Amino acid sequence: MRPAPAEGGHSWFSLARWWAMVSKEFLQLRRDRVTFAMIVGIPIIQLTLFGYAINTDPKHMPTALVVGDRSEFTRSFVAAMHNSDYFRITGELPDEEAGRRALAQGTAQFVLNIPAGFTQRLLRGERPALLLEADASDPTATGAALAASAQLVEGVARKDLSGPYAALAPSPPPFDVLVHRLYNPESVTQYNIVPGLMGVILTMTLVMMTGLAITRERERGTMENLLAMPLTPLEVMTGKIVPYIAIGLVQATIILLAARYVFDVPFVGSVSALYSAALLFIACQLTVGITLSSLAANQLQAMQFTFFYFLPNILLSGFMFPFRGMPEWAQWIGSVLPLTYFNRVVRGILLKGNDWPDLWPSLWPLAVFALVVMAIAVRFYRRTLD
Amino acid sequence: MSGPASMSLSSDAPVGDGSRVPAAPSRDDLVIDVRGLNKSFGDKHVVVDLSMQVRRGEIFGFLGPNGSGKTTSIRLMCGLLTPDAGAGTCLGYDIRTQSAAIKRHVGYMTQRFSFWDDLTLRENLDFVARVYQMDDRAAAVDRALHELGLTGRARQLTGTLSGGWKQRVARASCMLHRPQLLLLDEPTAGVDPNARREFWEELHRLAAQGISVLVSTHYMDEALRCHKLAYIAYGRLLAQGTAAEVIAAQRLTTLEVRGPDLNAFVLRLRGMPGVEQTAAFGDTLHVTGRDRPQLESALAAATQGGGYRITPVDTGLEDVFIHLMQGAADNWAPEASGRQRAA
Repeated sequence: MRPAPAEGGHSWFSLARWWAMVSKEFLQLRRDRVTFAMIVGIPIIQLTLFGYAINTDPKHMPTALVVGDRSEFTRSFVAAMHNSDYFRITGELPDEEAGRRALAQGTAQFVLNIPAGFTQRLLRGERPALLLEADASDPTATGAALAASAQLVEGVARKDLSGPYAALAPSPPPFDVLVHRLYNPESVTQYNIVPGLMGVILTMTLVMMTGLAITRERERGTMENLLAMPLTPLEVMTGKIVPYIAIGLVQATIILLAARYVFDVPFVGSVSALYSAALLFIACQLTVGITLSSLAANQLQAMQFTFFYFLPNILLSGFMFPFRGMPEWAQWIGSVLPLTYFNRVVRGILLKGNDWPDLWPSLWPLAVFALVVMAIAVRFYRRTLD
Repeated sequence: MSGPASMSLSSDAPVGDGSRVPAAPSRDDLVIDVRGLNKSFGDKHVVVDLSMQVRRGEIFGFLGPNGSGKTTSIRLMCGLLTPDAGAGTCLGYDIRTQSAAIKRHVGYMTQRFSFWDDLTLRENLDFVARVYQMDDRAAAVDRALHELGLTGRARQLTGTLSGGWKQRVARASCMLHRPQLLLLDEPTAGVDPNARREFWEELHRLAAQGISVLVSTHYMDEALRCHKLAYIAYGRLLAQGTAAEVIAAQRLTTLEVRGPDLNAFVLRLRGMPGVEQTAAFGDTLHVTGRDRPQLESALAAATQGGGYRITPVDTGLEDVFIHLMQGAADNWAPEASGRQRAA
C-alpha cells in the first residue's frame, strides 16, 4: 500500500514480484508429477488417437460369404470386393441363417449372398442380383463401403464381360447388388450414438464419483479414523461402491427413456437383458473408480486419473468412431476397455434385438474386467498409513 | 466400564513368545510392550529404537516437542503403521500381525478431528457403534450423547460444532466401544481449563476401572497427573518413569535467585561454567545445572556486590524437559527445511 517509488517504478506491476510468482508456479508444477504428465501426455495421446486411430472411412471390414453359385463371375466379383480395400473376406458361411447370426454378434460387418443360379441368369441377360447385407447400426462404418460396392459392379462388368460376352455389357449393368441395411435402415446416426452415450455417461460420472470417494477421506483426515477401526479393505471399498450402483441404474434409466421417447431409438431387445448388462458394466466402472481412488494421493489427482481413463474410452471404444476403422493396435487397446463391449451389448439389444447367446461374447469380458480390477483395488488399498 | 481390573487381558488369545517379555511384571499386566521400534519416512528417521511398557490401569503420559515422533509412535503401537524394525505387543496382540484384533480393543483419538463433518452427531456415533458391531447400539449411542450433554443436538451436523465440542465428540466416539486401552493424541489441545479438568477426572475414573491410557500432551500440569511419563525428542525416548523418577534421573540442581534487575543477572550468567539453563518465574529466576559445585560458584561470582538471595529448590518437570530437549542431538536438522511429517 506504499506509494510508488519516486524513480518511476510501477507499483501496480513489479517485474521482480511477477517473476517470483512465475518461478514459484514452475517450481510447483515441476513437483506435481501428475499434472506434468497430463500436460505432456494429453497432446500426445490426442494426436496419436485422432491422427492415426480414428478413421471415418473404415476399410477392411470383415465380410462373410454365403455362396450359392460358384463361377468365374462370382469369383471375380469377390476378388473385386477384396481389391476395393473396403471388404476383407473372412470366410464362407453355410446359409443365410448363419449370415444373420454373424451380423448380430458383430463377427461380420457384411454378408454377401450369392444366390444359386446367378451365373446362368447373368448369361441369359436376366440382370440377376447379389445380396449384400450390412450391419448398419453404425452408419459411418458401412456408408463408404456400400457406396463402393455399387461401383464394383461396373468395374467387374467392364473387365469380365469382354470378348464373346461383350454384348452383355450394355450401359445398364448386367447385374445388381441389392443392399440390405440391417438394424438401422435409414442410417440414423442417433440410433448409433444415443445407445453409445449410455456407456459413456456411466463411465464418466461413475469413475469420477468413486474416484473421489477414498481420496476425499484421505484429504479430510477421516481416513485415519477408518483405518483405526476394525474395517477390512473389502468392506470399505464395496461399501463405498454400493450407493453408486443405484446412481448408475438411475442414470441408465434416464438415458433409456430419452432414447426411447426423445430420439425414437428402436427398442427391439429385452429390457431385462439390458439392465443386467448395465449392472455388470456399472460394476466395471466402479471398480475402476475405486482403484484410481486408492492410487491417487488427493482429489485433484483422482480427477486427473479419471480424465486419463476417460479419453481412450471415448475415442477407442467404437462410441465416436467405427471400431473396425481403427488400426489393429488401437483395436487392441479398445478390446481392453469395458465400454467397447458395453457399446456392442447396448446396440445389440436395442437395435438388433440380440439375446443372451448373441450377447455372451461381449458379456464375459465385462465380468472378467470387473473381477480383475477389484482384485487390483483391494491389493492397493492402504491398510496402514505407511 | 469394561469389567474389573483383575480380569486378564481378553478371552481371545493373547500372543507373543514369552522370550521378549521381561520377567518382572507379569505378561498379562502389560498392555503395551514394545521393543526397539524404528520407523523412517524417506530418509527421516522419525522413531529411533523405541522401547516402552505400559501397565494395565496406568495413565501413561507421552511428552515431547512438536514433531518429535509422538503421533508416529502411537500409530506404530496400534498397528496403523508398520515398524521398519522392532516388535512388540499391544493388549497381548502382535503389533505387526494382529492389528485387526488390536483395533477392536483400542480406542484411538486422532490429533486432528477425524469424524465426518457431513454426518450428524448421532450418525457419526452410530457409524462407530456399527463398525465395532456393538449389540446395544442405540442404547450406547444414546448414553454417549447424554453424557456429552448433546442429546438435544443429536441431529446437528458435526461440522457445525465448535472445536471444543468436536473434541468431546471424538472422545466419546473413541470410548464408545468400551476399549481396554485408550490412545489419545493431544486430546486437550485447545480445550479450556475446566473441560480439561473434567477430562482428566474421567481418565482417572477409567484407570481405576482397569482401563489403560496412553496420552500425549504438551501441558506440564497434565504430565504431573500421569502415573508414568515418557519424554521423546527427535524420535528418541530420552527418559521414562514416574515424574519423580524422571526428575531424579537427570540429577539436576536448581537454585532460585531473588534480587534486583534479574535480566542483567541472566546476561552475566550466560556462558559461565555449570550454568545450563535459566528460567524466569515472575520475580524469581531458576538456574539449573548438572554440576552443583560449579553452579554454585558461578552464581557466587555473578552475585558479587548485589543483594541477591539464593535458595536451592526442587527441580521442576519443565526444567528437566527443557534440559532434555537442549541436550538431544537434532538428528533431523539437515532435513529440517524439508517436508514435515505429522509426528
